[in-house]
Amino acid sequence: MSGQPQGEGRLAENILYFARALREAGLPVGPGAVLDALAAVETAGIGGREDFRAVLHAVFVKKREQLIIFDQAFDIFWKRRGFMEKLIALMSPVAPNAPQSNPKAGSTRVQDALLKRPPPKEKPREELTLDTRFTVSEQEVLQRKDFAQMSAEEMARAFAAIARLRLPQDAVLTRRLNADRHGKLIDPRATFRHSMRAGGAVIDLAFRSRASRVSPLVVLCDISGSMSDYTRVFLHFLHVLTDRRKHVHTFLFGTRLTNVTRALRTRDIDEALAQCSAGVADWAGGTRIGATLHEFNRVWSRRVLGQGAMVILFTDGLEREGVDQLGREMERLHKSCRRLVWVNPLLRYDAFQAKASGLRAMLPHVDEFRPIHNLASMADLVAGLSADHATARAHDPKKWLKAAA
Amino acid sequence: MRALPTSIDDTLRLVGEADYVADRPLATVLFLALKMGRPLFLEGEAGVGKTEIAKVLAQALGRKLIRLQCYEGLDVSAAVYEWNYAQQMMAIRLAEAAGETDRTRLEHDVFSRRYLVERPLLQALQPAAAGPPVLLIDELDRTDEAFEAFLLEILSDFQVTIPELGTIKADAPPIVILTSNRTREIHDALKRRCLYHWVDYPDAARERAIVAKKAPQAGKRLTQELVAFVQALRKQDLFKAPGVAETLDWASALTELDAVALDPGMVSDTLGVLLKYQDDIARMQGARARELVDQVQADIKAHAR
Repeated sequence: MSGQPQGEGRLAENILYFARALREAGLPVGPGAVLDALAAVETAGIGGREDFRAVLHAVFVKKREQLIIFDQAFDIFWKRRGFMEKLIALMSPVAPNAPQSNPKAGSTRVQDALLKRPPPKEKPREELTLDTRFTVSEQEVLQRKDFAQMSAEEMARAFAAIARLRLPQDAVLTRRLNADRHGKLIDPRATFRHSMRAGGAVIDLAFRSRASRVSPLVVLCDISGSMSDYTRVFLHFLHVLTDRRKHVHTFLFGTRLTNVTRALRTRDIDEALAQCSAGVADWAGGTRIGATLHEFNRVWSRRVLGQGAMVILFTDGLEREGVDQLGREMERLHKSCRRLVWVNPLLRYDAFQAKASGLRAMLPHVDEFRPIHNLASMADLVAGLSADHATARAHDPKKWLKAAA
Repeated sequence: MRALPTSIDDTLRLVGEADYVADRPLATVLFLALKMGRPLFLEGEAGVGKTEIAKVLAQALGRKLIRLQCYEGLDVSAAVYEWNYAQQMMAIRLAEAAGETDRTRLEHDVFSRRYLVERPLLQALQPAAAGPPVLLIDELDRTDEAFEAFLLEILSDFQVTIPELGTIKADAPPIVILTSNRTREIHDALKRRCLYHWVDYPDAARERAIVAKKAPQAGKRLTQELVAFVQALRKQDLFKAPGVAETLDWASALTELDAVALDPGMVSDTLGVLLKYQDDIARMQGARARELVDQVQADIKAHAR
């Protein structure tokens, strides 16, 4: 570009920086795309701002769910004026009383990519963690670390680890039969067809076996204030689950019940979470487990609990009022599904005891009682999805009841 | 055999003659389904009379009713067709014994209509003297999704393709009614081919008419009171509200007990006819039932004045 005037050179450079920002924000933008973009801009010429956006959009965005990141990045990067102001505003602490607009989905990621803010340093909270660091690998520390104690950077790594979780396809056998070379049941129709091929002299047996199917998974997730340290991580987990597994239904509850199945189907996690919170009126508020379970049982259970569904109930079980109703509704829920797994972050405490009245009302009606406070317990839960009686026994709720009796 | 209705009023009259009290939206969608030759997909709570519609239609039009009850594991050999393997085997052995060596001829003979066992869906495509039959595919939500795919061809083109034999197409399309209790969502691809109707609980006037037609032995006062009671019951916070079928059962139960009007004790004792969950019965029994009966009777009195 040596022969070109100075101004043009800057544009190419800027496009290059923009492409890098996009790459940081997670868009697959290679050097080829940058060259394409330069060529495209040259061909189309720099018209208005919207034209320019359309040109870059045509080159850089390959999927619908990337659009939101691109728009954010474009708006921040190609500000004609006020880029510096924006930068300053982003860097300086926000006054607590200042009217704060809701952060847009994807914007945190874009800002991180553009500004490269160093992640805020966390003070090491416990001497203990430092000690273990000498004995086990960093990966293992991350596995065992409580979600509530993670720094922003550790949390990011935890999210990445969640996205890498291998989900077992927990299939149940149906009564339908499929062709299967190694099956045990004779398939008369195929047998007959095969025999005809040889003129009917030799009978060439074909077999079939029972087909399997992924049964529905229904997740009831507590979003009350007492759970707030874990809700976000768990929603990340649910997003991955919804993305990779068929038939996942998700409901959030605090003081009321919200079905967020559709919101979680959105591919981009930030957008999905934004849609979730837009649909929920009682985020991080109080909790009425009994009442919301009642609503679920009455309105939804017949619609989503058919076909041998499994239910994961994510709550700390700290219900203060209406313990009788809670017990009744748990019983109804338990009777309507194939398996009811309760995951409870309170199990992170070694000295945890099932003393609270709400807990004691709920425990008799669950099949499994599991912890969910770190990556290791989350991986355990995933492994436990494919019903294996040995692992289920290790999480038998009865032993908690007995221990606290 | 009776000709198809020519208007919505005609449809109302038609099902009315067969003792089915339909509301206007249902009659409209029914008329359209018959007129346009499209399958009708009926969804609603258990016991609101979805299956009954198909039965009544078959009876009123003088058509044969072919019913396919769905269940988990239902597959082609149980729903559409199956080959009669034993007879086919025998045919081959006989051909061998007779010294038949032409394989194409043999294959053609063995895979012929003679050895085909027809199941409900294929039966429905066969021409009938009384006109095309009414095909009822009941409780579709009980099958798994894989089965829905078998229905797509039948519902859109009224034909079945059998690989060994070819395509069998209905000369005149059958009247197809599908029902679902919505224990799962049916795929859009299937719904797209049908007209959809949500069958709701009837209002008081219609429910009274239904009871008068189906359980005429119940007196006028009893009918009025029991319908009002059931209507009030549906507004309560219950796990399963009673359907029309339960109302009719209750009407005949109460007449068997020689009741002429509701009395709280008898209501409490016969709640099991209406409510099928222990929690619901426990909630409504005793004082609550008395309260509701009193309220219903007071309402009726106030209305009569």
